Amino acid sequence: MTARLEAIVGRYARLSIEGRPHRVYFEEAGQGIPLLCLHTAGSDGRQFRAVLNDPAITRHFRVVAFDMPWHGKSSPPAGWEKEDYQLTTTRYTEHILTVARELGLQRPVVMGCSIGGRIVLDLALKHARAMRALVGLQTSAFGTRYYDPAWLNHAEVHGGQACGAIAWGLMSPLSPQAERWETVWHYMQGGPGVFTGDLHFYQVEGDIRARLGEIDTASCPLYLLTGEYDYSASPADTQAAAAKIQGAKVTIMKGLGHFPMSENPDAFLGHLRPVLEEIRASTT
Amino acid sequence: MIDKLPELVNADPAIMRWGRQMNETFLIEVGEAQYLLTVRAGRIESMEKGPLVMRAWSFAIRASTDSWDRFWRKVPEPGWSDLFALLRRGDVRFEGDQRVLVAYLMYLKLALAAPRRLSSP
Repeated sequence: MTARLEAIVGRYARLSIEGRPHRVYFEEAGQGIPLLCLHTAGSDGRQFRAVLNDPAITRHFRVVAFDMPWHGKSSPPAGWEKEDYQLTTTRYTEHILTVARELGLQRPVVMGCSIGGRIVLDLALKHARAMRALVGLQTSAFGTRYYDPAWLNHAEVHGGQACGAIAWGLMSPLSPQAERWETVWHYMQGGPGVFTGDLHFYQVEGDIRARLGEIDTASCPLYLLTGEYDYSASPADTQAAAAKIQGAKVTIMKGLGHFPMSENPDAFLGHLRPVLEEIRASTT
Repeated sequence: MIDKLPELVNADPAIMRWGRQMNETFLIEVGEAQYLLTVRAGRIESMEKGPLVMRAWSFAIRASTDSWDRFWRKVPEPGWSDLFALLRRGDVRFEGDQRVLVAYLMYLKLALAAPRRLSSP
C-alpha cells in the first residue's frame, strides 16, 4: 500500500438514543483527555478534519467527532420516512451524553460550533460536573430568524444548493477557497429538511438567554471563540452572552467566519492549541 | 460598479454554471437606481438601467448605495461580506418570488459579488 493514510479512524457505533436503535458514525484520533467535537447544523464531523489530524493536539487528546443522527454517515432511525426531523435541547443533549457515555469519554472537553456552540452553554448550565471544560465556537444564546429556513426544504428548490449557499456566505472572504468549498460541499450533502430541522433548535426552541447568569464556570471552564465575519453568531452575539456568564473567556478570531475549524483550519488551530493547552494544564 | 456585472459574470463559467437552469428577470436597486437583469441559462442576457415603468420581474433585491459600496469592496468588512449579512442587519430587502431567489441563491451570491474584482484594495 502506498497511500498516505491520515491518522483518523472512522467507525460505526450501535447506540440507543431516545429509546430507538441508532447507527452512529464517528471519527477519532489521538490519546489522552477526551475531546468531543460537535459539528454545525446541517453538516457533519468532517468539519473537524484538521483538529483530528493535528499531532500537537492528538498527542494529549483523544479527539472524537460524531455525525449526529440524520447527518453525515449516521442514518436516521428506522421509520424516519414517517416523521419530520426537528432538533431540540433535550434531544441534542441526549445525543451528546449518550455518545460520551457509550464511547467511554469520561469528563470530556466538549467543543461545539454554532448549534454546538449553543448546546455547550446548556451543558455548562446542567452538566458542568460531567465535563472537564467546554469550548463554544460561534456561540450565541439565541439566533434571531432573519430568513425563512422553510425554503431550504422545498420541492421546487434544490435543498443541497440552497443550504450550500447559506453556508458559503457565513464564511470569511479571507478564508482559503478550497477549504470554503469543502465546507459548502458538506452542506450540499445534507439530507432533506435536516438543516432546517436543526435550525429549530438554533432559532426557535434553544433560547438560553434568561439562564446565562446561572452558569458556573468555576466548576467547568468555558471558552468562547468566535470568528469576526460571522453574521449568524456574530462577535457581538458572543460578547452579549459572555457578559452574563461570569468567568467566560472570549476570543474574537480575526479573519474567520462561522465555520472556523473547517473554513480556515490553520488559522483556527492557532487559536485552539493554546486553549487546549490551558485546559490541560489547569484542569483535572 | 454594477455596470460591469454582466461582463464579469458572462466571462466566468465558474459562476454561470450555478445558474445553468435559470431563466428569469429580476430587479436590482442601488439606492434610487434600478437595473432590470434578464438571465438566460446562467448568462446575463441584458441589464437595463431605469427608470422603469410597469415592468415585470420575479424578485427584487434592494439596498442603499452605501450598502452596495461596502458589499463591493475588494475585501468587505465583517457584516458586509454577503447578501445575507446585509439581510441580517436589515440593509437589503428581498421582494417578490422568494422561491426563485433561494433556488438560484448560489448563483446570485457569486454573480452579485463579482464586481469586487474591480475594486482597489
